[in-house]
Amino acid sequence: MNVVLALLVGVLVAAGTWLVLQPRLLHLVLGLGLLGHAANLLVFAAGGARPGIDPAFAPGGSLPAQAADPLPQALILTAIVIGFGATAFVLGLAWRAFRELGDDHLPSWRGSEPPLEDEQTEPRR
Amino acid sequence: MTAILVLPPVIALLALALLRWPAIQRRVSIGGGGLLALAAVNLAFGLEPGEIRVWVLGGWPAPLGIVWVADRLAAALVAVAAFVGAAALVAASAGHDEARQHPLWHPLAHLLLWAVCGAFLTGDLFNLFVWFEVMLMASFVLMALGGGRERLEGAVKYVAMNLISSVLFLCGCGILYGVCGTLNAADLARVIGARPEPAVLAGGGCLLAAFLLKSAAFPLFAWLPASYHTTTPATAALFSALLTKVGVYAVLRLTVTVMPIAETPLQPLLLWLSLATMVVGVLGAATQMELKRILAFHIISQVGYMLLGIALGSAPALAAAAFYLIHHIIVKSNLFLIAGLAAAQGGSDDVRRLGGLRQHPALYAGFIIAAGSLAGLPPLSGFFAKLATVRAASELAQWTAVVVALLVGFFTLYSMLKIHREVFAKDAPSSPAAASTGSGSALVAIVGLAAVTVGIGIAAGTLWRWALSVGAELAARTPYITAVLGGPR
Repeated sequence: MNVVLALLVGVLVAAGTWLVLQPRLLHLVLGLGLLGHAANLLVFAAGGARPGIDPAFAPGGSLPAQAADPLPQALILTAIVIGFGATAFVLGLAWRAFRELGDDHLPSWRGSEPPLEDEQTEPRR
Repeated sequence: MTAILVLPPVIALLALALLRWPAIQRRVSIGGGGLLALAAVNLAFGLEPGEIRVWVLGGWPAPLGIVWVADRLAAALVAVAAFVGAAALVAASAGHDEARQHPLWHPLAHLLLWAVCGAFLTGDLFNLFVWFEVMLMASFVLMALGGGRERLEGAVKYVAMNLISSVLFLCGCGILYGVCGTLNAADLARVIGARPEPAVLAGGGCLLAAFLLKSAAFPLFAWLPASYHTTTPATAALFSALLTKVGVYAVLRLTVTVMPIAETPLQPLLLWLSLATMVVGVLGAATQMELKRILAFHIISQVGYMLLGIALGSAPALAAAAFYLIHHIIVKSNLFLIAGLAAAQGGSDDVRRLGGLRQHPALYAGFIIAAGSLAGLPPLSGFFAKLATVRAASELAQWTAVVVALLVGFFTLYSMLKIHREVFAKDAPSSPAAASTGSGSALVAIVGLAAVTVGIGIAAGTLWRWALSVGAELAARTPYITAVLGGPR
């Protein structure tokens, strides 16, 4: 089970990294989301999730001897909520930036960067 | 400690309720910021030497419950942060500051201050993650507030990099919990001991990468000069003073208290990264011609000095890092306020198009004090901070670090002289733009911060003795563990 989870985390990180490195704004947003999911799964794996053991509590509320650690699940819940909020904000920001800048091609966004060498000879008007 | 954690959200809600009455909102917000500063200073000065105050949330004892830990370093940083926050709140009502036009600015600023205080005081790694996220959300909105091409562009870059850092942070938490079975900082420190095993290093390495990204260390610093200069002066003052410094503080807590890196490969790595950060930051600043960009690059190089102190790891080096943190928070926010006011007076952010501001005595005096301190001119606070760092490095025979630190100090002076020559000493290139009115509150903040810088310079001996005992306490590790977990187990 942990091997499956580890592979899944690896695939998600790879896909997320690839998306983040793409020049399009929407790819960046989706990539950040995937990376977040990968981190959540990694915390889940750290909680010792294995097939055949109870997730946390058995029906009826008793704590069985063979149960997964519930704390990482609480951590993930928190992280999912935070990640959801962050993704919502990033989508709003991306939409606003796309509308104002009129283009979603990230490498051409240089207005907030230090000016390039050849631009620097004259003070910018 | 309760007041510090309860006051900011209450003030933020009050300010939110007063959205339609901006004049009252500003007064309430500034008053609230003042109260927070008072509470924080009270906490910092109320701690006896060697005292570590622990507050157990809801009565659940550590390591199961979430604890708040105020050792003298954390308390002092909270006090300085709250003071700078109050100064920024005052400066935000200046007429030239765009922050004045946004009714949401004050609630968000208090949210940011809350998160910063929480991050300094928490004794739990996952709780630190949550505070980082609160801080990020507040800073995301503060940065994008008002819109405009440059600002939105900078905000997207800032947000993307910081979300990646959050992912790394969460991964680090997961790995450390998987290995150690706890996320309480003191309990982790007890479990890990003096020599972390490789699995712990993997988790700690993720955390270290996340914190270094947040403190804008080499090579993950490009987001900072791409975004900070687009914000309003008061926002820039808050960000430059607090955000990267929370990252540096987290690095210190991680590599000193939780997971000592002294005998691991992470120690030389951190040392070299700190040197590279200093050099890259200061060279970046030397090539820039826009006021706020020059200052943004200097944040990076100064962060390098603090990281150097942490990487060296001896008690005097940690004392130097603590001293540097306190000095830098005040000086940097002041410089951004000064740059904002100078740009408003001259109508441009390009130093070549500014000039003649020596006729503005309060602004000029504030700049001389803040810039001289940043460059490390005696008898100002920065001189003692740099001296302490260099001396700690020479005691450990790290001669490369000594040479680099001195050279970077020289280039910092060069950059500050460039600003002085262009903005203050030379005559204005054209008839000066209509001087903005109503900037008095920004001047109040600038003079107040400059006074503290001078005060640190005068009381450097006292502060240095304080820093030395804090450094010894940090290096020993056991006082923190004992205070939280209650005696050796």
